Order: sequence, then structure tokens, then C-alpha cells
Amino acid sequence: MAAKRKTPVKTRNPDLIRGVGKYSRSKMYHKRGLWAIKAKNGGVFPRHDSKPKSPAAAEKPPKFYPAEDIKKPLLNKRKSRPTKLRASITPGTVLILLAGRFMGKRVVFLKQLTSGLLLVTGPFKINGVPLRRVNQSYVIATSTKVDISGVNVEKFDDKYFSKEVQKKKKKSEGEFFEAEKGDKKKLPEEKKEDQTAVDTVLIKSIEGVPDLKAYLGARFSLKSGMKPHELVF
Amino acid sequence: MPFKRYVEIGRVALVNYGKDYGKLVVIVDVVDQNRALVDAPDMVRGQMNFKRLTLTDITIDIPRVPKKKTLIEAMEKADVKNKWENSSWGRKLIVQKRRASLNDFDRFKLMLAKIKRAGVVRQELSKLKKDTSS
Repeated sequence: MAAKRKTPVKTRNPDLIRGVGKYSRSKMYHKRGLWAIKAKNGGVFPRHDSKPKSPAAAEKPPKFYPAEDIKKPLLNKRKSRPTKLRASITPGTVLILLAGRFMGKRVVFLKQLTSGLLLVTGPFKINGVPLRRVNQSYVIATSTKVDISGVNVEKFDDKYFSKEVQKKKKKSEGEFFEAEKGDKKKLPEEKKEDQTAVDTVLIKSIEGVPDLKAYLGARFSLKSGMKPHELVF
Repeated sequence: MPFKRYVEIGRVALVNYGKDYGKLVVIVDVVDQNRALVDAPDMVRGQMNFKRLTLTDITIDIPRVPKKKTLIEAMEKADVKNKWENSSWGRKLIVQKRRASLNDFDRFKLMLAKIKRAGVVRQELSKLKKDTSS
């Protein structure tokens, strides 16, 4: 193939209307400089003969032919990317969680992970919500923003939150009837340190705004007379 | 119970339905039994059914179908904006708009302020009660 240009050239022959170019064939010949290419090559347009093909390896006839023609699966060119983040959710936004253990809690948004889930923290000291992943659909974004500039969230990704793989223990016959030892999973110290590292900076910027700490500590609930479709969050 | 607010040229009305809901407009002419020609500084002069208007107490002095410039001058002279915003009706509407635009955080702060005020009131009340009972 001929060498590719770094940027593709837009056509030198603009359309007057669709199907009709501005310049004639002879004018385009001149514009493209084909005369110069020919002159450089001695009056003839340069030919590149095809390279001699190396002989293809002799293919063995297949051992198995399917009874009927199998269909080829359709081509799938979809690229996976994280869910589109709502415009109202930016780093530092206060979100209201709508489902799960922390239903109603107001929580600070940190960043969106590659899986599309939102990384969120209470902060833990204020409302008991740890560094956690949350789905965008189960969240109301308020217009309150917290200054998050001092926080480093680079190290958190989906792998950080994956469950630890437990090795299966082989049980002997007697042990089958024994109750499995209740091993309470302790939170590794490293995760606790990560939590405090993120939270201390956050809490400082939260305490700068009056009433914000109490706001984050309180849960949201619909009261009598509140109409969700009319509420401004 | 006679009528106090009449449809007349120069009567300021509040639009209570439609695209211009909540706007103050001036009646500049009457088209027929049901419709009026209506104008405001920030809208194109057009007809509106009386059913879409609620009359206010404010009137301004204008000739029939004035030019926009004359209308604006007359409204400034009669000080419609301030009269409206100081009237109890106008103040209520402003408060309603403010309440509707409150943020979730604002509502929280409002709740704290209400509790604080109620606490102060209750303290004063208990003081008064003690004074009268003693």
C-alpha cells in the first residue's frame, strides 16, 4: 500500500451540488500534481508490481464437516465504557442514597469508577457511610457541592472493592456435622487507613460551611406535603 | 357587594394561566366581551381572554393602545413594580416562589432555624407563665 498521510486531505474538489464538483477532470489532474509524479518517473505513472507471494501452506482437508451450514455470528463493534454520568453529578456533589443499608443518607460523591459505579464516602465519621460504590440510578443528586480539591482518590478502583476469594477447606466426615466456625471478617487496617486519609481532608472542608456537617449527618425523608416532582434538589 | 376592580384601560392584571403565567400585564384595549388586548414591558402585545387574567388594584394612566415606550414610562411613573412588591398579594407570591426554589440543603437550614425560633419562643412563654403564676 502507498504510504499513508499523517492527516487525511479533504478533497481538493469542492461540491457545487451533490454529484457535481467544481473542477473538471483535466483541472483535477493538474491540481493533484499527477503531471509532477509522472515527470519524476520519466513520463510514465509509477507502477508497483505486486510482491511475489510466498506459497501458502498446504491446507489439510478438515476431519469434520457440520451437517448443515453453520451461521457466522454477527459482528459486534460495541465498545464498553462506563455509564454516562448525569450532568448534575460532579466530584464533590452531595448525593442522597435511595436504597440499601444507607437509604436516605446524604453522602459526598468522589469519582466515577471504570465499571460505571460511583465512588462515594459519608464521610464515615459524620454519617457512618464508608468508601462505597453506588449505582447512579439509586441516587438523587442535590445541587450542594463540597470542595474536594484536597482529596486523592487515584488509588481506588473496582478491584479495591472485590470480595476476597476464600480457599475451600476439605472437610472430613466428622467435621461435616460440626457447625462452621463463625469467622467474623475483620476489616483490614489498610482500608481503615484509606478511609481516614480521604475523610480528614473532606471533613475539614465540610466544617468550613455552616450547618453542612449536621446536614450530612441527617437522613433525608419525604414528609407530609412534599411533592417529589416539585421539589428542587 | 359592588365590584371594586374594573376592567379598564390601564388596569394591571396578573396572568393566571398559560405561557405567561405569573406575569403582570396591563390591559391596553378591550377586544370584545371576552378578550382584552394586553401588554407588558417584556412581552409582545397580544390578546388574552379575561378568564386568564386576575385583576389587581393597580391602575396606570395610559391612552388607548400606547406605544411600548409610553407604556414603560407610565409604568415607571405609577411605580407599578414597587406597589406590587409591597402589596400583601405581591409579597405572598414572592415568598411562594422563594419557597419553591429552595435547595435540599436550604430546606435543612430552614428546619434548623424554625426549631431555634420555636425554642426561643417557648422560653419566653415559660418565663411569662412563671411570672403570672408566681
